[in-house]
Amino acid sequence: MNNLVKVGMADLNTATPPETIRTSGLGSCVGVVIYDEKAKISGMAHIMLPDSSFARSGILNRAKYADTAIQDLIKKMIVLGVSKYRLKAKIAGGAQMFKFSSNSEAMRIGPRNVVAVKETLQGLNISIVYEDVGGSSGRTIEFNPATSILEIRTVNKGVVQV
Amino acid sequence: MKDLSEIKSQHLDILKEVGNIGAGNAATALSQMLHKVIDMKVPAVKVVPFTEISDAVGGEEAVVAAVFLRIEGEAPGNMFFMLPVNEANDLIRQLIGDPSLHLQQEPIDEMGASALCEVGNILAGSYLSSLSDFTKLNLQPTPPAVAVDMTMALLSAGLVELSEAGDYAIVIDTEINEKDQDNTIQSKGHFFLLPDPDSLEKIFRSLGVNMDE
Repeated sequence: MNNLVKVGMADLNTATPPETIRTSGLGSCVGVVIYDEKAKISGMAHIMLPDSSFARSGILNRAKYADTAIQDLIKKMIVLGVSKYRLKAKIAGGAQMFKFSSNSEAMRIGPRNVVAVKETLQGLNISIVYEDVGGSSGRTIEFNPATSILEIRTVNKGVVQV
Repeated sequence: MKDLSEIKSQHLDILKEVGNIGAGNAATALSQMLHKVIDMKVPAVKVVPFTEISDAVGGEEAVVAAVFLRIEGEAPGNMFFMLPVNEANDLIRQLIGDPSLHLQQEPIDEMGASALCEVGNILAGSYLSSLSDFTKLNLQPTPPAVAVDMTMALLSAGLVELSEAGDYAIVIDTEINEKDQDNTIQSKGHFFLLPDPDSLEKIFRSLGVNMDE
């Protein structure tokens, strides 16, 4: 398990074989995996909020927001030698964990995160090859850059590999 | 207060008292509901990064049953009552008298979820009313929602407001324990109170404490 790179909430990182990269307990957050199949370099971000304009304090944790996290992740991966044109993405998360009768904006954060992630990826011409988003289940995801396989674990449905 | 890291230990002590009173009342309510001895611990009040909140209930991926309420009024925030899913099953089985009940299934058992919701409602209501008496602030719970899933995934639903302001949460965590006749702990529940960024200052002001002291 030494080769496991962990990505926390509002955090991002990269992994190359033999490492795998993982983030746990995605609820309304969205886990974004960006990878270069040929260079076998991958990156993951655990995104909490759709847009960095949400930030209220001066110090910005760029890894928290869809727009800034994805930009920073790609920058980091380019330094490692990926080709911008080969990048693909797999995304998971954006659930609505609790069902409330009154649907406040804060409760709808999951779907909004998903939209923001998709828009940002689209703007950068990165195609999404797999998505497992929405619903009401928490997800733990782990990506293996050697095989480009994403493992998605949920409490009720077990493990799915895509 | 701009930054949670500026908070001082005397402020944390005040919040500890707030949690103590609230959870004390909630434990009494639960005790009456179950006719059992319910014990509570002195609350832990901490400023922690988001990812560490779940440590108290077994880590990010532990499966828990959670009741989540939004607190509205003068000092808004979020509140969770969480307990490991097996213990939630035991609790609800006792309440509704159905030994085969299992909360961890999809879709969630409606009767069980509704019973757990009601437990959460009573606990949160007694917690909040004492908090409200103590601070003289007008606080009301929204109807609760229930879910069974990974701790971190559930908590993230209550971190939206806080995450707009920073990466830390002030957590008022109170553990309540159900004990049997031999004083052995049967189940452990946790209350998490997560005040919104601007609410802390209001809570302190209402108690006559100046944040800048």
